[in-house]
Amino acid sequence: MLLMLLGPLAGVIALSFTDYQLGAPSLHWIGLANYHEMFADKVFWTSLRNTLVYVGIVVPGAVTAGLAIALLIQSGTGLRSLYRTVYFLPVMATLIAMAVVWEFMLHPQFGLVNGLLREAGIHGPSWLQDRATALYSLCAIGIWQAAGFNMVLFLAGLVSIPKQLYEAAEIDGASSAWARFRLVTWPLLRPVTTFVVVISGIRSFQVFDTVHVLTKGGPSKSSEVLIHTMYTEGFEFFRSGYGAALTVVFLGFILLLTLIKSRLADRGVQYA
Amino acid sequence: MIANPKISPWSVIRHILLIAGAMVMLLPFVWMVSTASKPPAEVFSSELHLIPRHFALWENLQVAFAKANLWRFLLNGVIVTVSIFALQVLVALPAAYALAKLRFIGRNALFALVLFGILIPPQATAIPVFLLLHKLGVLDSYAALVLPFTISVFGIFLMRQFFRNVPDDLVDAARMDGISEFGIVWRVMLPAAIPAVTAFGIFSVVAHWNDYFWPLIVLNSEHLRTPPLAVAHFRNAEAGTNYGPLMAAAMVIIAPLLVAFLLAQRRFVEGIALTGIK
Repeated sequence: MLLMLLGPLAGVIALSFTDYQLGAPSLHWIGLANYHEMFADKVFWTSLRNTLVYVGIVVPGAVTAGLAIALLIQSGTGLRSLYRTVYFLPVMATLIAMAVVWEFMLHPQFGLVNGLLREAGIHGPSWLQDRATALYSLCAIGIWQAAGFNMVLFLAGLVSIPKQLYEAAEIDGASSAWARFRLVTWPLLRPVTTFVVVISGIRSFQVFDTVHVLTKGGPSKSSEVLIHTMYTEGFEFFRSGYGAALTVVFLGFILLLTLIKSRLADRGVQYA
Repeated sequence: MIANPKISPWSVIRHILLIAGAMVMLLPFVWMVSTASKPPAEVFSSELHLIPRHFALWENLQVAFAKANLWRFLLNGVIVTVSIFALQVLVALPAAYALAKLRFIGRNALFALVLFGILIPPQATAIPVFLLLHKLGVLDSYAALVLPFTISVFGIFLMRQFFRNVPDDLVDAARMDGISEFGIVWRVMLPAAIPAVTAFGIFSVVAHWNDYFWPLIVLNSEHLRTPPLAVAHFRNAEAGTNYGPLMAAAMVIIAPLLVAFLLAQRRFVEGIALTGIK
């Protein structure tokens, strides 16, 4: 039964050493040729760099936003569930539909964003059609979508911190909210934070939907990302072997992140 | 704790900050509804206004339903998500029962494989699975949309964790009564696992209703399109000319999940937060 899962995984690794193209009568073992081609290809490096930039912006952005929202919600009692619902809404909504909405909001001429900037006397760029801003616009959508998800995970972590610890900290002289955050919340939340960072990293590495619908990796590859390159090679040009090699690189990063997670989890400090 | 009922300054700041953030979060939804309610002349005006002067939501919806067979696409979404979930439960429950309650050689190794399987993202196996479906000749069909997802290692893992907490005595009592092992799965374990199944169901339905990558790869025919694919095609066909109906179509596509979410928020948040374990 698990062959269904491990079979394809072994298949993708094996394929990456062949020249198979969909519909081709035969395939040949070509060793590392796909990898040589990939490492010599400028598109691959652009794609990898853009993916890392995307992850490097969305992870800190969405984690900080999620933590800030969770702390704010938890710091009082009023309207907790209403706020939670509102911030969680983007997580639920079909990303493709919302991507189309964002596209219109970022429309250079009739979009809401540039309209607001115009009111402020600023001439806004053409966001998704501009090499300089396309990738960052996608990052903004990514943060908007992921923040609520991280918020839920942080809220769960905050609830599990024993109240007595805050009272004890206060007696010991941690009077300001900042001191209590630094001495109690932050250290106790560290396992949750690690977890959220890794999860966000894995999810950001998989970015595809917004890229495919809004920019197709353009303009001139400025927003090309790994999974989109894999999709183009594997399912538009049907170069299965080469697409598989790209998948292996992607898998490498995912497993690396997972490894970091389990390493950090082992080092977790016990406070109970 | 707080003695006086006076509103503290921090509470005011908290609400101001949270409302400001909430406005950013809600802006796309508000703008979507606003644009979907505007006639073209108002959509293509560089002057911003939230409330349309002529309320055209009905017309835009009509155009959207006329240009794209939205009912059909919604129905496809329901067929695909429900079949995936039903098959996942059919596979996951017996597997989880075996991993949790039966003793056999290699059980721990199998469970380790399940844990490893959770780590593998769906995009990683896309190419071989696609080639397999191609060999079987089932590309561009409901089967291509459903079959690759029938074995959810995540579902197996979740149920197994839940089953471990079901007392062994209950299983033994059922065996004494002469109920078969499969009978135990469906008549004893399933009723006990309803909360876990519900949470997993929400997770599964949301994930597959919103999935874009897989349907994009395996589908060609228009009549099989799932909701996200339909929006993407609508957008490409209109190429920036017809934003009112496009926003109306987007509204229709996200509405079912959003309504369900608003009706059962707590369960949804729990169900989706499960992805965190993944």
